[in-house]
Amino acid sequence: MPDPTRRQRLLSVLGKVTTAQIPSDDSESLFESGLLDSFALPDLVAAIEEEFSIKVPDRDLNPRKFDSVARIEAYLEEHGA
Amino acid sequence: MPAFLHAFGAHVPERIVTNEEIGARVGKAPAWIESVSGIRERRWAAEDTSVVDLAVACAQDCLRNAGAEASSLGMIIVASGSGARGFPGPAAAVAAQLGLEGTPALDVPMASAGSLFGLAIAAKMADTFGDVLVIGAEKMSALFDIHPEGASKLDANTAVLFGDGAGAALVSARPQLDANKRCWEILDAALHTDGQFREDLAWDGSSALRMNGLSVILQASRKIPAAISEVLARQNVAACDVQVFLLHQANQNLLVRVAKALGVAPEKVFSNVARYGNTSSASMLIAAAEWASRNPPSGDIVFGAFGAGFHWGALLARSR
Repeated sequence: MPDPTRRQRLLSVLGKVTTAQIPSDDSESLFESGLLDSFALPDLVAAIEEEFSIKVPDRDLNPRKFDSVARIEAYLEEHGA
Repeated sequence: MPAFLHAFGAHVPERIVTNEEIGARVGKAPAWIESVSGIRERRWAAEDTSVVDLAVACAQDCLRNAGAEASSLGMIIVASGSGARGFPGPAAAVAAQLGLEGTPALDVPMASAGSLFGLAIAAKMADTFGDVLVIGAEKMSALFDIHPEGASKLDANTAVLFGDGAGAALVSARPQLDANKRCWEILDAALHTDGQFREDLAWDGSSALRMNGLSVILQASRKIPAAISEVLARQNVAACDVQVFLLHQANQNLLVRVAKALGVAPEKVFSNVARYGNTSSASMLIAAAEWASRNPPSGDIVFGAFGAGFHWGALLARSR
């Protein structure tokens, strides 16, 4: 279920990791849009862990899980964050 | 039984390929290549130079540095992800070219982390077999062509990163090969494998190397510091007390990230990636050879690597 507060916190995390414009379409790839590169992704995962007080296990360190705002939201929801 | 690191050796091909040259071939700006990788140039071997040739050259350099003869070796281990597919692997040819008859020669067909795994294996084997020469040798420049059977076309994502070369280390159960030389005792090693991401960095032996850079960096950024911390914690050593970190030279940005995760200054992580690029399993021992040529044993040193598989780990050694 969409959670406006969670989404806002996620956008805030993305804003800390990159200065680029966040896509208006939540399903747009953050990598293909150029928002994130291979070295910003580990920063994003670390920032998500801190903001939402979760631990992303190594088996979940799959770029596809963090490819868009929608996918990250789905991951957070799945993990009760 | 303890095991000791006595000498390192290295060999890189003469031909320097600058960012300007490779950038023009694959349509990437030289400054962009350096900004994303820290690499300014790399070495590429001639077409008729093989992984075996590179391995033999660095083996001879290591034996010279150790003041040892090939005939004194009890075993050799050759790590290479780019050695020709099929059998026998390069270890048998390397042994033959070193003039060894009957000495066991073990292939570790593992990219990037192969020399680290080789060192850990050698530390356990040296007491049984005698002095072990560990070699990491790679001809990565042979793996970029996405049309290997047709007109040459290099894969831009990998061709800018990788280079050719070879590194070696001599491991012995004897603390002294030479009364005038100190060495490093291997104290501990951590080795790990997670095969669920094996398709993210792979070469099938015929087509071009495939790499999911996002996945590799994401995993390596976490797993290299974790493996190093695992070994340091077991041996009750603080990261700040380590003299130098000799890591797989994949990317300068990754080396800086590992230093940050460990809480040490970036200068503590030796780097030569700007000059050689990523030489896969050769890189860690080339780095060790360069560093050790200017730094005699005088403290704790840490090795670390991460590569295709994924395989990763760390090894701690202390001067004696």
